[in-house]
Amino acid sequence: MDGEQQYIKNVDADAELVDRARAGDLAAFGELVRRYESRVYRTARHILGNDEDAEDVLQDAMLKAFQHLDSFQGQSKFYTWLVRIAVNESLMKLRKRKTSRTVSLDENIETDEEPIVREIAVWDDNPEQRYSQGEIREILDTAVASLKPIFRTVFILRDVEELSTEETAEALGLSVAAVKSRLLRARLQLREKLTRAFKRKGDQILGYV
Amino acid sequence: MVTCKDFLRELGDYLDESVDPQVREELSKHINECPNCWVVLNTTQKTIQVYKGMDPEPLPEGVHDRLIGALEKKIKSQA
Repeated sequence: MDGEQQYIKNVDADAELVDRARAGDLAAFGELVRRYESRVYRTARHILGNDEDAEDVLQDAMLKAFQHLDSFQGQSKFYTWLVRIAVNESLMKLRKRKTSRTVSLDENIETDEEPIVREIAVWDDNPEQRYSQGEIREILDTAVASLKPIFRTVFILRDVEELSTEETAEALGLSVAAVKSRLLRARLQLREKLTRAFKRKGDQILGYV
Repeated sequence: MVTCKDFLRELGDYLDESVDPQVREELSKHINECPNCWVVLNTTQKTIQVYKGMDPEPLPEGVHDRLIGALEKKIKSQA
């Protein structure tokens, strides 16, 4: 079975489980939980940066999803709908935590601003030779954590959870153009940070025309 | 004539293969002629790949059980 067929099969199976859960079949909802708990947890963990808050969000999001199954229209995929709940819960928590600093996805950013590229260097072919798997994960997590929430969230949904641009826009209540511009900024900022860790020694090109 | 600035502006669509064929061709031509843009494209692609290749870590011990516990408690209280 190719990827696309598998994808369609999953979406169909989700819709069936949602129907059964709506009709009161708790085992069907349990299956949806099992299917998506790791991804919801990972998304929340990336946005919030710690296990305890991610677990709270996982519980709150799944509870809300269960209580509001009737409002799930079935026009979008179940996971997109679920992740939207989880992202909202995560951002609320983030706002509470940083009362002095407003955190909002609507934060006004200069979308016309040119993306910044400073570090231009080829990467090692095999970073695995220099770093252990654990170290690589640490480098990746630290880089993502250092992004502003508005960039981080878009990046996580698009490039880690692999939602489409349209699904990400829907999940975050943003325009497609805003998702695209934030995604590019996020990718370039990460590229910059990872280049510092993964660049091949000795042949750095400085500056950019 | 595509400049490095044009390339950077279109990079997102280029990576997601949502740029129209004619622009794509011009950008590809620029990338072949400009080592800096080639490196930026290559390392940005690698950045995306390295994150996509990350397996979700298994849930930490107890998280699944506590989640199920919380759901059951809530459902019972509503019954």
